Amino acid sequence: MVWKGWSNIKYSDKFDSVFTAKMWKGWKKAKFEEELDPNFAEKIAQMPGCDRIYNCIQCGTCSGTCPMSVYMEYAPRKIIGMIRAGFKGEVLSSYTTWLCASCYSCTARCPKGIKITDVMYALKRFAIKEKMAPSKLPIPVLANEFFETVQKYGRNNEGMVVMKMYFKTNPTLPIRNLIMGIKLFIRGRMDVIQDKIVNRAQLHKILKSVGSGH
Amino acid sequence: MSYLYYPGCCCSMKATGKAYEESLQAVFNELNVAREELKDWNCCGATMYMAIDEMQAFGMASRNLALAEKQATDGDPQIVAPCSACYLVMNKTKKYMDEYPDIGKPINAALKDAGLEFKGTTKVRHPLDIIVNDIGLDKVRALVKKPLDGLRVASYYGCLMVRPYSEFDDASHPTTMDNLVEALGGEPVNWPLKTRCCGGSMTGTVEGVGLRLSYLLLNEAQRRGADVMITACPFCQTNLECFQKRIDRSVGGITQMPILFFTQLMGSAFGISDRKLGFHRLFVPFNRDKIRHHAEAAK
Ligand code: SF4
Ligand code: SF4
Repeated sequence: MVWKGWSNIKYSDKFDSVFTAKMWKGWKKAKFEEELDPNFAEKIAQMPGCDRIYNCIQCGTCSGTCPMSVYMEYAPRKIIGMIRAGFKGEVLSSYTTWLCASCYSCTARCPKGIKITDVMYALKRFAIKEKMAPSKLPIPVLANEFFETVQKYGRNNEGMVVMKMYFKTNPTLPIRNLIMGIKLFIRGRMDVIQDKIVNRAQLHKILKSVGSGH
Repeated sequence: MSYLYYPGCCCSMKATGKAYEESLQAVFNELNVAREELKDWNCCGATMYMAIDEMQAFGMASRNLALAEKQATDGDPQIVAPCSACYLVMNKTKKYMDEYPDIGKPINAALKDAGLEFKGTTKVRHPLDIIVNDIGLDKVRALVKKPLDGLRVASYYGCLMVRPYSEFDDASHPTTMDNLVEALGGEPVNWPLKTRCCGGSMTGTVEGVGLRLSYLLLNEAQRRGADVMITACPFCQTNLECFQKRIDRSVGGITQMPILFFTQLMGSAFGISDRKLGFHRLFVPFNRDKIRHHAEAAK
């Protein structure tokens, strides 16, 4: 293989064009101070792991190390800045938080010890609570399907969860991925039976008594 | 010390990562590691549960930690978590229960409610950590029957095994797996993307992004002359292996490369049969003699 540089990556999917359009819309928006939510930062800072957002020096290490930042409309550094400035609507309805793959590189490298991954998690939960999560993105749908399955049975069945997500977001995808499923199945790498734990009552008791906290 | 095996269910050791389970058991048998499965374990919550409900996510993972204490018969319980996500989530839960009383108190109370207790003695370990640090590379070296003969191996550590809560290796420049490869007689490939994200669940949700992240890893490893790549997580392996054809079709420029679990490569060097190591489950077949032949021809 001869290295041809980055130019041999083709950016031609539909996904990218949707993305770019969204990105420009985000940038063109101007905000007046009275439209901002001054308490937003405080609310985020209350969540465990997020208390240090005020220490951010906007150095950009997080954005630089983030493998997803090229696909985000606001990279992590900007998100932290926007939280502190009170851009609640933009932050919560953005794709950014959902594109965070929870890889923890930002958390491991931030010179101020800010747990950015936890901030992203907090934003995801906040967005769901305020019903502001982007509705067309499959990621929140998958997270929700996963959540429901695991909560009920104590264990996950990846094939089933992914299928449910496909049907809710893009019903043409199952057909495309059917071959992959069959290939996995032939190799004994696909589980079709929903696995359950025995003591589900115990698990449900734990989940019920911690309640739904944050 | 009791080792309690925790298979995990997300990209499971019983399904997509079946070859990982098979090879891990074979290698542990060879190394004489006594272990048993954690009884009635539940899902750790992975990286997604936390996105919906944090307290429940910690509650979920803490049940496993408590169950381990109950089951351990001699000494401190050590959960063996072969999936990087399980490893991270359970370590994080333990740490946060310790560090934040706001989390620790209600979780402990909830466990008590359900008839469990967590004293904080459970340790969560990755099999790689156990093999390199508990058993030691000397013992590994002594067991090698079919050395890798200079096979060029790119070790891919992925995100969650080395950062930010693990203690057994460096977060940016890990070396454990490379040392293991050397002990098996292989040649570790030095490449900079060892800990870069493989795309995780993105491959299922926003495929364009997920595939491109995996592409960068495959491309870089090949550019540095790797014959095979080894991983230590069922999710990374699936992303990098099963989607190779699709990556090649949509991005282009990669040749098919076998992606193994590090335990499969170990087993192969120990002379364990291919069937026992789950080689028949691979999408890109691994044939040691053929690859070596390639390498010699290239020289
Ligand atoms: S790395 Fe830390 S301090 Fe630097 S911009 Fe990111 S959050 Fe702020
Ligand atoms: S954890 Fe999320 S925000 Fe941080 S580097 Fe990884 S993908 Fe980017």
